[in-house]
Amino acid sequence: MEMLTLECPYCGVQADETELHAGGEAHLTRFGPGSSDADFEAYLFMRENPKGVHFERWRHVNGCGKWFHAARCTMTLEVFGTYPAQTAEPPKKIRDAITAKRPGWTWRELS
Amino acid sequence: MSDPVLPLGGAHYEGLADVRETGPQGMIALRGDLSDAGLQEAVTGLTGVPMPDMRGAQVMGESGLLWMSPDELLVLVPYRQAARARAQLAEALQGQHALVENVSDMRAMFRLRGTQVRDVLAKLAPVDFARDALPVGELRRTRFAQVAAGVWLSDDTTAQVFCFRSVAEYMFNLLRTAADPDAFVGFHTG
Ligand SMILES: [Zn+2]
Repeated sequence: MEMLTLECPYCGVQADETELHAGGEAHLTRFGPGSSDADFEAYLFMRENPKGVHFERWRHVNGCGKWFHAARCTMTLEVFGTYPAQTAEPPKKIRDAITAKRPGWTWRELS
Repeated sequence: MSDPVLPLGGAHYEGLADVRETGPQGMIALRGDLSDAGLQEAVTGLTGVPMPDMRGAQVMGESGLLWMSPDELLVLVPYRQAARARAQLAEALQGQHALVENVSDMRAMFRLRGTQVRDVLAKLAPVDFARDALPVGELRRTRFAQVAAGVWLSDDTTAQVFCFRSVAEYMFNLLRTAADPDAFVGFHTG
């Protein structure tokens, strides 16, 4: 059975999937009170479902407790990198690592 | 002061490893800026051990410092001193964004001893327990089967495990099962 292992960027542990809590898609922009119905609906319900490069939020729940980000391939489970939660988009280092392995990748407005 | 009562009354099992419930152990949860010089001085002065690095377990007897996360330490002190130690730390950290709480009675602790300790632990957690992956003096927070746990090796044949008091019996039964003499593995020896 294939298991996913992610390195927690806060405590450096190679965390097994079962020590983590999946937090869904990364880098969503929150639309709240005062936003348009379309923006609010997209924020609540519209998610990427790629076969390939994906960006996600994870929490090291059976561990240091911190939320972080991961970039991985949904098809092969290859992990391109993990990075802290305090960023609105993947850092250049992560994007470069993906480009090296998946030239021409796109995800939402990123490439 | 009332007498502390261990969750399992000092349960003991001898198998592949010698499994013993230990404590009571004074434990203070501390959250704050671990890079702050005043905080470091307060915790090292209180415990007499050096400030731990990332994932470090600096423990001497009943005193010590466990690195729990980038902004959290578990401060170990003798059980009877926990209330006073908490007050001392709170005083030292006044004015800082910090949290100090005595969690001694929230926890259960177990000590595993023997040459098979790494094999016994490896049956219960999704962790690489090889010597180079989890060296002596490094804390690993993880899960043991279905419950959260912390574990570190204080020497090559001694492991310290702690968990929430409410799951003490579950944890002891896990450890006892994993240490059953009929379940010898022999992977981590040598
Ligand atoms: Zn972590």
